[in-house]
Amino acid sequence: MNDSGTTMAKETMQAIGDKSKNSESSEVKMFGLLAEFETPGAILSAAKKVNEAGYKWWDCCVPFPVHGLDKAMGVRPTILPWIVLGAGITGAILGALLQWYTNAATLELWSGPITVTGYAFLVSGKPFASIPTWIPVMFELTILLAAISCVVFMFVLNKLPQFYHPCFNVKRFARVTDDRFFIVIEARDPNFYQEKTAEMLTSLGATAVEEVPA
Amino acid sequence: MAAASALPNENRYLGELGPKLYMRLGGLGILLIAGSYGLSKLMGDDSARFWRAYLVAYFFVLSICLGALFFTILQHLTRAGWSVVVRRISEGLVANLKWIWIGFIPIIVLVWTGNAHELYHWTVGADALPEGSPEQAMLEYKDAYLNPMFWTLRAAAYFVIWFVLARFFVGNSIAQDTTGDAKTTTRMQTIAAPAMLLYAFTQSYAAIDWIMTLEYAWFSTMFGVYFFAASCCGFGATLILMVSFLQKTGRVTQSITTEHHQEMGKFLFAFGIIFWAYIGYSQYMLIWYANIPEETTWFMIRQLGSWKWLSYLIIFGHFFVPFIVLLSKHPKRFKIMLVSACLWLFAIHYVDMYWLTMPSIPMEMFAEATSYEALSIDFPVSQYAAEYDLSFQFFDLTLWLGFACLMFGGAAFALRNQALIPEHDPRLYESLAYENI
Repeated sequence: MNDSGTTMAKETMQAIGDKSKNSESSEVKMFGLLAEFETPGAILSAAKKVNEAGYKWWDCCVPFPVHGLDKAMGVRPTILPWIVLGAGITGAILGALLQWYTNAATLELWSGPITVTGYAFLVSGKPFASIPTWIPVMFELTILLAAISCVVFMFVLNKLPQFYHPCFNVKRFARVTDDRFFIVIEARDPNFYQEKTAEMLTSLGATAVEEVPA
Repeated sequence: MAAASALPNENRYLGELGPKLYMRLGGLGILLIAGSYGLSKLMGDDSARFWRAYLVAYFFVLSICLGALFFTILQHLTRAGWSVVVRRISEGLVANLKWIWIGFIPIIVLVWTGNAHELYHWTVGADALPEGSPEQAMLEYKDAYLNPMFWTLRAAAYFVIWFVLARFFVGNSIAQDTTGDAKTTTRMQTIAAPAMLLYAFTQSYAAIDWIMTLEYAWFSTMFGVYFFAASCCGFGATLILMVSFLQKTGRVTQSITTEHHQEMGKFLFAFGIIFWAYIGYSQYMLIWYANIPEETTWFMIRQLGSWKWLSYLIIFGHFFVPFIVLLSKHPKRFKIMLVSACLWLFAIHYVDMYWLTMPSIPMEMFAEATSYEALSIDFPVSQYAAEYDLSFQFFDLTLWLGFACLMFGGAAFALRNQALIPEHDPRLYESLAYENI
């Protein structure tokens, strides 16, 4: 999931309107080509070559994380950490504001028919604005927002949940959850030419190359 | 993985550097400690001040070596793969625990000869306190636990347990280098669970017996955990510094990679910075909130005069700054950055031990005070400042350096003939090939 996820994140950066010339011109509508490999080593070296060949719309599907695959594929770092950092900081500020406001008796937020004011309540003689008491709430909100944003944006960036993917039309692809490693090159890639791409995949050591109907 | 089953071609022994390191560091360490003692006599300081500085430096080294013991046991307990290549270097620090009792003998002698009254106030005994005073009642109440006999027996028990644990984990690991027996690892894993329990109890009680009872009136159930978290910080920084030093001298350059540095950085960040701050804050917050004089005075002492600035230095220098600096994975993988952060944390860990141990104002003075206002009436701050304010002495520095030299020298001595990675650990290849996902 990691590997496919980050590539798809890469895809989202690209212009969606960049529909491939190849798929339109070909008679049978196809999604792309699926190449099967038998070992992690084989897919690692193949992925490196595919990346070097300049393909952009392609992905690796593997049964378990293959170390170094991200690097071989040239996957750019994800922006997820920055989103999480932003969410965490937002949580901390929100926590501070919440407590600052709820403990401030004089502040009037609305002066209309309803007046919303903070409710200053003296607890154990502590000051109303007291940083040690604020920390737990700020901490929890930081963690809450950071964790939730991490999960939610992981799904968003991976375009999950995805209920249909053309690859599953290929019977062979079922073994991706077991013991086979696949490279999918999509037909919309500007570098995609069916014969040439198939030839390249075979030369990279693919045990089988199949068309994926759209 | 045929290619990986051969060990990388690199220098994995201290070789000539070993004797150089332990002779020089050991000599320098002893010289510095002896010199510090001479210096304190020369300056005509009261000996209590010297022995407090001695305790600070001692706890600094003790905490780092205990952190190393924790780390080593933890790796066996969790059957960790990544850490195998750095475990031997941490075992070098663990080996110091076999001899660390020597450094505590002077303190035990002080307690038994009745010269530790200013160091451990409880040693004066309940009878010496004003008749009918609350202090006397408190000390009488604690007498069953806090008396020189039981205190010394406990100390002996800790040292024996640490000796046995260090011997077992370091000895077996080194024996495996020659026997190549995978069963040794299984055995260490089995022992790791009870060993972790023993470690947890002894280090908590040691922290309570030796640091917390500097003020017998004060108590905090979190204190042992605080010391543990601090020790993880000191150890994490020390481990990275030692690995970086060895790599700088051209050793273990292939087997320990950036991946392992990042992983060590994570350990330091999680245990030594975040967990430390979490525990430190939790301890402070509960005491601050409950606001009971016998608990708050301990913190009050540390908020008066210049101590306040030391407290701020620890809050920012031990948490906020390192937290921001080491949060991302990039600084953990960028050697200069990581090593600089570790040097800083190595120093700030000393400040933390100083902050725990050094403030020496007797808490009885605060017994009636409930606030700053009350305090300044009963007990003028100016008087406090003159007598008990933070006063950094030159021998604080030399003692710290002396003990640090002995610690590194001891580690070099333990590893003088050993490979710097456990060459026959069954998980070694997993560790060599380790990558962060």
